[in-house]
Amino acid sequence: MKRVQFNNRFLPYLFLLPQMAVIVIFFYWPSIQAIQSSFYIEDPFGFGSTFVGLRNYHDALFGGDYLNIAVFTVWFTIVVTVLSLSIGLLLAVKADAILRGASAYKTALIAVYAVAPPAAGLIGSMFFDQHIGPFVKLVSYFGWDMKVGVNYYDTAFAMIFISVWKQIPYNFIFCLSGLQGIPVSVREAATIDCRSGFRRFWTVILPLLSPTAFFLLIINMTYSLFDTFGIVDTVVKDKAANNPVTLVYKIYLDGFRGNDLGGSSAQSVILMIVVFVLTIFQFRFLERRVHYG
Amino acid sequence: MARIEIARVSKIYTGGVRAVSDVDIDIADGEFIVLVGPSGCGKSTLLRMVAGLETISEGSVSIGGRRINDVEPAERDIAMVFQNYALYPHMSVYKNLAYGLKNRGTPKAEIDARVAEAARMLELEPYLERKPRALSGGQRQRVAMGRAIVRKPAAFLFDEPLSNLDAKLRVSMRGEIKQLQKRLGTTSIYVTHDQLEAMTLADRLVVLNGGRIEQIGAPLEVYHRPASTFVASFIGSPAMNLLPATVFNGGILIGDQLSGLSANLPNGHVTLGLRAEDLRLVTQGTGMPFTISFIEDLGAQRLLHGLCGGHPLVVAVSPDLDLPANIRLTIAADRLHFFAVDTGKRIEPGPAPVQPAQNGTETAASEAGMTAGF
Repeated sequence: MKRVQFNNRFLPYLFLLPQMAVIVIFFYWPSIQAIQSSFYIEDPFGFGSTFVGLRNYHDALFGGDYLNIAVFTVWFTIVVTVLSLSIGLLLAVKADAILRGASAYKTALIAVYAVAPPAAGLIGSMFFDQHIGPFVKLVSYFGWDMKVGVNYYDTAFAMIFISVWKQIPYNFIFCLSGLQGIPVSVREAATIDCRSGFRRFWTVILPLLSPTAFFLLIINMTYSLFDTFGIVDTVVKDKAANNPVTLVYKIYLDGFRGNDLGGSSAQSVILMIVVFVLTIFQFRFLERRVHYG
Repeated sequence: MARIEIARVSKIYTGGVRAVSDVDIDIADGEFIVLVGPSGCGKSTLLRMVAGLETISEGSVSIGGRRINDVEPAERDIAMVFQNYALYPHMSVYKNLAYGLKNRGTPKAEIDARVAEAARMLELEPYLERKPRALSGGQRQRVAMGRAIVRKPAAFLFDEPLSNLDAKLRVSMRGEIKQLQKRLGTTSIYVTHDQLEAMTLADRLVVLNGGRIEQIGAPLEVYHRPASTFVASFIGSPAMNLLPATVFNGGILIGDQLSGLSANLPNGHVTLGLRAEDLRLVTQGTGMPFTISFIEDLGAQRLLHGLCGGHPLVVAVSPDLDLPANIRLTIAADRLHFFAVDTGKRIEPGPAPVQPAQNGTETAASEAGMTAGF
């Protein structure tokens, strides 16, 4: 590693400044604001705010459909993470094994990643549209009368489907580069030592892929919890009321549609704490099992 | 322990490139075969075809009488030692050694016994619980060897196993591999580009060039009777001197100068091979003049680089030999090698001629008996 010596002791801090500024302005400042406003009830028209202590938290946790939405969010996160991670890995393993036309195959799989989440949501909405959606038409032959935006479970299915589809290329890229980072000779040694390809995968390939897998696990959970916002929005927006939404979307609804800034701030603080605890848990208990080369 | 038959094996890549062409090797049970050649000669490809890591395009390979062309690598009953060790980085030394046995359903007690035996043999006992990254290069190489030994396979395949080690370690590991192989008596195929490694390890050498076998034979046989100019220049250090020469009525001309050497060969151009260590200096008499360009002192020997008849030539002499001002060279007649100019193949001259062809050589030839003078 090359070490650079600075003549002026303040110069390194100057170089760090833009990065720090971005983090402070777009992360710490809003977070502190959210924590602060979660203790107040904000006048909808902006004429003032009243300190209410923990009432917003109480209302959020025990009021209305918060717990239902929390349960849905947990399921949504688990299903999206597991599906997009395992499908991405499966495709990467298969793409890694083919010899001819590999680059065309890889490009086709990666291309989806270039689609922005709202655009993905829009494509998904068309795909599951009541009148023109090809998927709805297809499943109707099997007797499934799909009503996305009306039926709770159908909407959940569409949301999960689109979210998984959107995230597969990301996982695919990382899994593939992780796989290609495994030395060829180690794989060859394994083919001599172990006959079953399936067993080789579990005993040699997957453990060597664990740093990538661990990274992806955290990224995918964050994706499912937060980044699916655009997809959820396009699927449920302007639809009948009884649709599944995730916690992040509820925060948006309460804050910007319902003008309940205090309540939505309290919810976002709760979510922040949950994610914080979850991340600590992952690093403490899961990372121990990760083998870094 | 088994015999390995490699019969007319070729490797043809898509696009028609022949990496290995019509290779025939019959390896006896317990024999140590070394495949040697420059990079790109197909030696590794051949080894990998035996291992099952490359498909066999043509021909067949059988181990212990069983044709293994279409057998999975894991079922060929072979073990391979890779150049970069190829240890499983996430497993301890013990698990690395045990992995191949475990996958074959070997009972736990048997695995323990075999790993313990191999660890004792390779002095790996203190390191069994360590991960490979906590080991030195030499120790990793031992683990790689141990992984092969515990399996008790029909054959060991070595793919340049020592080239990642430093020079000193390489020499000691070379000795250990040789001893181990003798002790276990396992048929082995060893790939290297290092001719010294090849000479010291092999029961029989296989010299490969451009995917074809140039020569198969015991190391000394290959050294003393190289089958072609390629083998002559590849085996032995310093490389054999190869000079263009002309045979005329039994006498030999080097370049356009009369050398006074004689050979029972028909008239025409030949390539003359002279080993640096076979050449002798004479202070007087009829040897051919040799002008020194520069000298390399290697400690044990001294290499004289110079010109003879206008062609570069290397002579190896003892370091404590005083160099006379006027150097002339001689060589024993049975140490001359002749090769065809067009094919590079070895030519055997007929029985030594009764009558020396040139007047100038008469005294030298009669003085030294077998020695011919330049």
